[in-house]
Amino acid sequence: MTDATSTAVSFRQVSRHYGDVRAADNLTFDIADGEFFSMLGPSGSGKTTCLRLIAGFEQPTSGDVFIHGKLMTGVPPYDRDVNTVFQDYALFPHMTIGDNVAYGPMIRGVPREERQRRAEEMLSMVALGGLGGRKPSQLSGGQRQRVALARALINQPSVLLLDEPLGALDLKLREQMQVELKSIQRRVGITFIYVTHDQGEALSMSDRVAVFNKGCIEQIGSPTEIYEHPATTFVAGFVGISNILSGPVAATIQGAPRAFSIRPEKITMAFEGDAAPPSGSCAVRGTIDSLLYLGAATRFNVALNDGGELTVIEQNRAGGNRSVSATQGRPVILWWERGHMQAMADSAAGS
Amino acid sequence: MTAATVNGSGTAPGTLRRLSTYLYLRPRLVLMLLLVPPLLWLGVIYLGSLFALLAQSFFYVDDFSGLTVYEPTLRTYAELFRAANITIILRTVMMAGVVTLISAAIAFPLAYYMARYAGVRAKAFFYLAVMLPLWSNYLVRVYAWKLILAKEGALTWIFDKIHMSWLIDGMLALPVVGGPSLSSSYIGTCVVFVYIWLPFMVLPIQAALERVPRSLLEASADLGAKPAETFRKVIVPLSIPGIAAGSIFTFSLTLGDYIIPNLVGSSRPFIGMVVYAQQGTAGNLPLAAAFAMVPVIVMAGYLALAKRFGAFDAL
Repeated sequence: MTDATSTAVSFRQVSRHYGDVRAADNLTFDIADGEFFSMLGPSGSGKTTCLRLIAGFEQPTSGDVFIHGKLMTGVPPYDRDVNTVFQDYALFPHMTIGDNVAYGPMIRGVPREERQRRAEEMLSMVALGGLGGRKPSQLSGGQRQRVALARALINQPSVLLLDEPLGALDLKLREQMQVELKSIQRRVGITFIYVTHDQGEALSMSDRVAVFNKGCIEQIGSPTEIYEHPATTFVAGFVGISNILSGPVAATIQGAPRAFSIRPEKITMAFEGDAAPPSGSCAVRGTIDSLLYLGAATRFNVALNDGGELTVIEQNRAGGNRSVSATQGRPVILWWERGHMQAMADSAAGS
Repeated sequence: MTAATVNGSGTAPGTLRRLSTYLYLRPRLVLMLLLVPPLLWLGVIYLGSLFALLAQSFFYVDDFSGLTVYEPTLRTYAELFRAANITIILRTVMMAGVVTLISAAIAFPLAYYMARYAGVRAKAFFYLAVMLPLWSNYLVRVYAWKLILAKEGALTWIFDKIHMSWLIDGMLALPVVGGPSLSSSYIGTCVVFVYIWLPFMVLPIQAALERVPRSLLEASADLGAKPAETFRKVIVPLSIPGIAAGSIFTFSLTLGDYIIPNLVGSSRPFIGMVVYAQQGTAGNLPLAAAFAMVPVIVMAGYLALAKRFGAFDAL
């Protein structure tokens, strides 16, 4: 068994199968108390299933889920000390915002005045003070999202589950909510388990990230570990831009026949003859195949002379000095430090 | 041949294409063209006849000559308040209320199952099962029930075979609602009403429940509500618009129907039967009109009451 004081949630060989589909396949991992833990993966990778197993909406086909050391098998959602922020917010349309937030205390039999006061407090915390009298249909998407958060936090659960809560918001609002979620988590100090398919969200907010693929976990680690040292080709491809070389090219560069990945921003690029790679670095020659202007940076696709392709990202420090016509098809030399290469295992889920 | 194709899609814009463009640029004109026929129908034929009815109810029939006197008066309405007529109105309203309650009680579990649990095939089956009776003739169905409920009918026979005839006898022995046989008692009338109007109750409730996303029920459980609490606090309030819509059908249809109480029941008159008799054999059109206004007023009161209790808040 796990240490009950420091572990919020533990999975022990947990599987959830739907017929032949293995939504979660023999998962074992721990989530520490007070941690901001993200489950990252493409749709259908099993991350939402894991969340629903913790919430109690699903029961495992086999294996055990523990919350604070207590076995949760057969425990219905209403007897679990966790609350959920749903993807569609799931606000009760027939109740006011105040009554929505006060729903948990109402079910627990808290007197009306007391629960209304607490609901108003929670609404102030999410910057919606004074809006308690409105109906959910009168709020914007971002406001509904905050109400859902307030409603889930009012019972002071030991674990808060968030199912892609920012998915329906536009980019600006999403970035703003990311900052707010993180600061709320620090203030209330409870475990946040955050499901997302957005790698940016997972990297920017989490203490640790679990990368899901086909019902398995490919890697668990801090955002830096996940990004800088991806353990599998899947992680390297899903988190950040995939820059994986394998086969004979990889062998020539590394001197050993195995796949490796290199992050595009670690690569320095120069036109053939303009500069020479420093000694000790890895160098490779190619021609610029295409480029994408991204505003802050430009993304080049370079076809390597020995076969294969690498993506290079260069900050636009000097303005757009490398225009399409001037660079397309030009021979270039690429180099990077040997230590930035990351040797790859194949995906843990197999292929 | 060639001329037609040139007209349709060739270089010179054809008449049809020009007309399309003309209408496309004038959405208000299109809206008007679409709305004029139904508005004429509703305004002139439907509301017009309703107002003609209303007007008729303010005239009266002279007792001696038997002729309609075309002077505005309330004396026809005063007739409605005679004890015998009040009894008819109360009888009809109570029957409508009971039919509505029983229909809702039967329809809700069925609709709940259809909306929440039934798979695609089961749902198709239930839709068909609910709608199928509407495909056959109304009179045939009512007559069929008359035979089923008759003293020598199928139901008595079956209950006799399973040694349960005491149940029917017990029901028929009840005061007021009982009678010599099921087909000549209020119970029989009510059974047939419920049978005939049930689809109109099932479908709106099912539609309302279908619109409740699963996540709302999960959110309720997540916040600590046991299934019974979720049912009371979330499912019932959100299905009330459906129940209200269904009850409007069952209630108003029962108020106005004159065939079922005529064929099955104690032969004591209902509003519809009185209207039928007064405008036909009795030739008292004003009284028929006044009686016909009763369901309209009762329904208006019913809707106001439903609104007061928040039946439409979740719409």
